[in-house]
Order: sequence, then C-alpha cells, then structure tokens
Amino acid sequence: MSSDVMAIQSAGAAGQTWTEVLHEWITTVDHKRLGILYILFALFFLVIGGIEAIIIRIQLMYPHNNFVSPQVFNRMFTMHGTTMIFFVAMPILFGFANYLVPLMVGARDMAFPRLNAFSFWLTAFSGFLLYFSFVGGSGLYGAGNAPDIGWWAYAPLTAKAFSPGHSSDYWTIAVLVSGFGSIGTGINIIATVLCMRPPGMTLSRMPLFAWMTMVMSGMVLIAITPLSAAQIMLLIDRYLGGHFFDTQAGGSAAIWMHFFWIFGHPEVYILIIPCFAFMSEIIPVFSRKPIFGYPVMVGATVCIGFVSMSVWAHHMFTIGMNSYANSFFTITSMVVGVPTGIKIFNWLGTMWGGKIQFKVPMLFCIGFLFQFLIAGLTGIMLASAPFDWQLSLSYFVVAHFHYVIVGGILFALFAAFYYWYPKVTGRMLSESLGKLHFWLFVIGFHLTFDTMHIPGLLGMPRRIYTYEPGRGWDTMNLIITIGSFIQGIGILVFVVNLVLSYFKGAEAGNDPWDAWTLEWSVSSPPPVYNFASVPTVASRRPLWDLKHPEDPDSRYE
Amino acid sequence: MSAITTPIAQTPATWGLPYKGKVGMACLIIAESAIFTIFVVAYLFYQGKSLTGPTPREVLETPVFYTVCLLSSSLTIHFASRFLERGKRGAFLALWFLTIVLGGLFLFGTGQEWHRLIYERGLTISTNLFGTTYYSLVGLHATHVTAGLLMLTIVLLFGLVGRVGPEQSARVDVLSMYWHFVDAVWVVVFTVVYVLGR
Repeated sequence: MSSDVMAIQSAGAAGQTWTEVLHEWITTVDHKRLGILYILFALFFLVIGGIEAIIIRIQLMYPHNNFVSPQVFNRMFTMHGTTMIFFVAMPILFGFANYLVPLMVGARDMAFPRLNAFSFWLTAFSGFLLYFSFVGGSGLYGAGNAPDIGWWAYAPLTAKAFSPGHSSDYWTIAVLVSGFGSIGTGINIIATVLCMRPPGMTLSRMPLFAWMTMVMSGMVLIAITPLSAAQIMLLIDRYLGGHFFDTQAGGSAAIWMHFFWIFGHPEVYILIIPCFAFMSEIIPVFSRKPIFGYPVMVGATVCIGFVSMSVWAHHMFTIGMNSYANSFFTITSMVVGVPTGIKIFNWLGTMWGGKIQFKVPMLFCIGFLFQFLIAGLTGIMLASAPFDWQLSLSYFVVAHFHYVIVGGILFALFAAFYYWYPKVTGRMLSESLGKLHFWLFVIGFHLTFDTMHIPGLLGMPRRIYTYEPGRGWDTMNLIITIGSFIQGIGILVFVVNLVLSYFKGAEAGNDPWDAWTLEWSVSSPPPVYNFASVPTVASRRPLWDLKHPEDPDSRYE
Repeated sequence: MSAITTPIAQTPATWGLPYKGKVGMACLIIAESAIFTIFVVAYLFYQGKSLTGPTPREVLETPVFYTVCLLSSSLTIHFASRFLERGKRGAFLALWFLTIVLGGLFLFGTGQEWHRLIYERGLTISTNLFGTTYYSLVGLHATHVTAGLLMLTIVLLFGLVGRVGPEQSARVDVLSMYWHFVDAVWVVVFTVVYVLGR
C-alpha cells in the first residue's frame, strides 16, 4: 500500500510545464484545490476591500478632508461592504469548509465534485463582474463607475431614475450569481456530511466542525435564497419595467428592506457559525481537553440556526413598525444571545483546568472570545428598540458590527489559518511573525473599533463623507484612522508570513499540534485521494483512540 | 501511513447512509421553496394595491384543464420510475413520454393564457403591480417546468437509445423528486393566484 502512495505522488510532480499546472488548477474538481482557490480568491479580495476601508478612513481622518470626492466615497463604502461580505467572508469560509469537511469525515471528496467546481467559478466570476463595474458601470460611452447605493441597496436608490447607467446592475447580478454559487456549495456540504461519513461516525460522533458547517449550509439554503429572489425582482424592475419597489405605482420600499434583511441577518450567523466551528476544534486541542458539553454545543448551534431566522427586522426599528413588531423583534434578538452565551460558556469550560498552550492559533481564539463577547453585548444594547431609535445609522452601529466581523470572524479566521496552514502546505507558519501579527492586530483593532463607539454615541452618522470640526469627533476619527493603519500593517505581516513560511517554514509532519480529528492522520499536504483506506471511527476523537489504545474515548461514550 | 484503524475498530453491523442524490435534491427543494415563498409573499402583499387596472378579477380565468394535466403528470412519473425499478423499460418509456406530454401541455396552457392577457387584455409585466407580481410568480414556476421538461427529455433520449435501466432508477427517482416539487409549487401558486388572489 505504501508503494502505491509513493507512485501516485511522484507521478503528479514529475516535470510539468506551467501551462499544465495552470490547466490542472483551472479544471480541478478536487475539494482541496478548490478550497485553496476559494481561500486565495478571498484573500485577494480581502486586500482590495481593505484598501477601500483605508481610503474611507483617510477621508474621515480630518474634518473637511478632500482626499476623495463624495461620489467616490459612496462607491468606496458600497464596494467595501459588498466585497467583504460576498467576496471575502463567504468564499473564505466555504474554502475552509471545502478543504476540511471531507478530510474530517474521512471522505475521498465532496459529494458532488463538479458542482463544487461550478460553485467556485460562479463565485469567482461574480467577484470579477462586480469589479468590472469600475470600467463598465456607465455602459459603453462613459468612463464607468462602481455601484454607490450602499450594500443594502435600499429602494428607491436602485430605481432607474436615481441609479442610471449599469453600476447597480453589476451589483445586482454579481450578488445574484454569487448567491447561486453559495447555494451550490451549501447543498454540497450538507450532502457530504450526511452521506459520506465513514463507518462508525454517527451524527453524535462527528467533529463539531462538520456539525456547525452543516447548520451553516442549511441556513445558506434558506437565507441566501430570499436575497436571490429580491435581486430577481430588482432586475425585473430595472429591465422589464416592473413595480416591485416602485412607490409611484403602489410598490413598497419597505418590502425590499424586509427581503434584504431576511437575508442580511441570518447572513451574520452564516458567517459566525463556521467561526464557532473553528473555535470548537482549536480551543480543545490547545487546552489539551475534549470539548466541554458536545451535545449542548450541537443543540445551541441548531437553536441559533432557527432563532436567527426571526430577528431580521431589528435592522428596521427606525422605519416605523408597529409596537407588536418592535416587541417581537426585540425579544427574538435578545433570545438569540442565549445559545450564543452557552457556547462561550462551553469554550471557557473547555479551557478551565486545561493545560493551555499559548500558541498563535490559541492567542487568536482568546482574542475572539473576549471581543465576540463585547460585540454580543453591544448587540443586546442595539436589540432594544428605543436604544436603537437613538443610535441606528450612527457610528455606534458601525462599531458594533465591525466588532463582530473583525473582532469575531476575522480573528477566528486568523486562528484557523495558523492552525490548518501546516496541514495545507506541510510547513509551519512562523510563531514569532504570528505573535507580531497578533499583537499589531489586537492593538490596531481596539484603537479603531473601541474608539468608534464614542463618536457614534456623540451622534456621528454613518456613510457621511465629511463632517464639521468642533463636534468632539475630530480626535476620535484620527485615532480610528491610525488604528486602521496598524491593522493594515498587521495584515501585511500576515501575508509576509504566509509567503515566507511556504518556502522557509519548519516541516510540519502529519500532526504538529497533537490533535484528534481525522485530517491530522494523513500526510501534510494530504494525498489527492485523502485516505488510502476508509477509516473506521469509534469515538469523537479517533486520533486520541489511535494514540492511546490503553484508554480510548470510545470506552466512555 | 494514511490508514486509520482504531483499536476497537469494528464496522457497525448496520452502516447505511442516505443516497447523496436524494439529499442534494432535498436541499435544492428547500432552497427553491424559499425563493418561491418570497415571490408568494410579494404577490399576497401587493394584492389589491395596483393603482390602475386591469384587476385579477377582470382578466384571470382558472386554468382547470392544464392544472389537471400538470398534477396527473406527478402520477405518471411516479409509476414510470416504479416500472423502471422492476426493469420494465417499455412501460417506463411510455409513461415517461406521457409525463413530458402532460408537462408540455401545461406549458402550452401558460403560453396561451399569457398571449390572451397580453394581446386581448393589455396586461403586461409593467402595466401595474398585479402584472408585475403575476408574471413573475407564474413565470418563475413556468421556468421551473421548462427546466424540468429539458431534464426529462434528456432522460427520454437516453432511454430511447437503451441507456436507462434499473441500475439508474435511483437517479431517475431524484429527477422525479424535482418534478413532484414543481407540481406541489403549482398547487400553492394556483391557490394564491386563482383562488385567494381573486
């Protein structure tokens, strides 16, 4: 068997020209390569979206700054939001899911490999389509412009009268197509988890990563589709003269808000649940303890999946709903904090009494726990309708959701990068560069987003391109901008680490962290076929059983 | 090296997992249901909110015959795949063909209705809110019927050259799930547009 392994691996590496390599990557249906493509695609857009954020911050650094025009500023925040959600966060999480789910459930590949490739290329081309608007947005005659309607694209901004040219169409079609890609991958992940598990891996023995990714995929099916439907309606309005969101013909602008946020709020949980999955894999390994409360974690995840579907209108308290709707959405938004709190409690329970190793992945996990808690607390504040009436559309809200997305999701992603990079490349990421990256990013993050709450409380509205001096916002905005530059430097250190370690990093071996899930049993990087023979599983930690035959987990389950 | 054998490794006596095609199609159906739900909600929300005519009561005629066609095609496809399972290819092909004919008739009925509405009643997608919601909801469904018919026809062609046997019956069942879904959606659309909407 081992000679087969050698033969297959050497056949792949022998003297290929670069066109052959390129052809192989473009036509691949292998889940590992598609996972890497997803992640590289997302990192590329992360840099672009980051540059847009920096442009926004430079403009707001001083009052009456003239770094960009108001029009360009609108395009920047629209493109920053759309890019970061649809072309960074979603694809990067799908990339990790793609790479890891089959390895964790002992499968050869995803359930539908060609659908997998199709979904990736849909996502990739929709990203390129969105950015093509910079040159093609006004059609053939103009110099072109990008969408400037905000990432919610509220009606009537998207009506032909207010959004001439094609910039909004690029936005609509890009988001629609990337939605189809997400649905394809969602279907694929669910089918893989349910139908490709090895003998013995019952649902209650699956790694939490597989569980949570499956719940996230189920939410993709139900939450992304309303957005697709709304985008189809918008296209009908713009191209066929429909009246869905046309108030002059009796249509409603509010129904677009409902349709958008029926997608928009579950989307936050679609992004954060895979990050919970990273936490649930990484924290136990660096605490040297099995996860605390496995069944409760699964239950809490499913609970979040359901409850988060009924909280969307807390984004709409200020449009004037009746008091029943306000009360309902206040209560559900607060209720969704309960299962989330259970999870934080369980991760702390996992760390409690463990032999904690402060490696870089664990540092990012601890940062995540701390910051995600604060993000959740400001979320509970904003869930209260009267409080929201005061602070909706202010920088307090911007600070809140960036605390979730940067302090929570991005920190979890960095943890995942440092944890699984050795598996993907066979090399360890540098610990010292990693610690530098961590501390730069923590400092930059807190400078930017802790401070950002205050101008929000003082009444600074979001999406303004400049402001009057002397309102008490000036110093704050300067600090926020400085913090964003420190984060930018942190990202550069991270990218340097990714590139340098690929060539110079220490050899990782199969299992550098002494971990317990199946992906660490194969070589790093894993062979094309993943597992030479189908593994058999008897507990939640198959590698623990293998390493400790005298005291296997299966004895206690 | 890459083989894992846990110390207590024994394959459980009964280890069966669901067929991935069925799970995948079930997921697709859930996703599609959400899309249809949004269009149905829009239809109901905008009911009676058109600022100008024509109204549904004035122009809509209930397509009873074509509805019977589409719904009975669910029966024919069901028995077609049962025949395939038992290896009766002739009966399978005949019923499969009948399914396509019934689906095609339904599509023809939709086309006829649209032609009548557009050319005789002057109702287009841009006339009023009713036109916008009606054509998009019924059109979304008709798009799904068309996609289904294309896939059914591909299977028919493969069947005619003798490539569809009992070994493909699980896959044919997946397609049949989709077709049942399209029929079930029509029950909802019919109720919303022709019963509640008038």
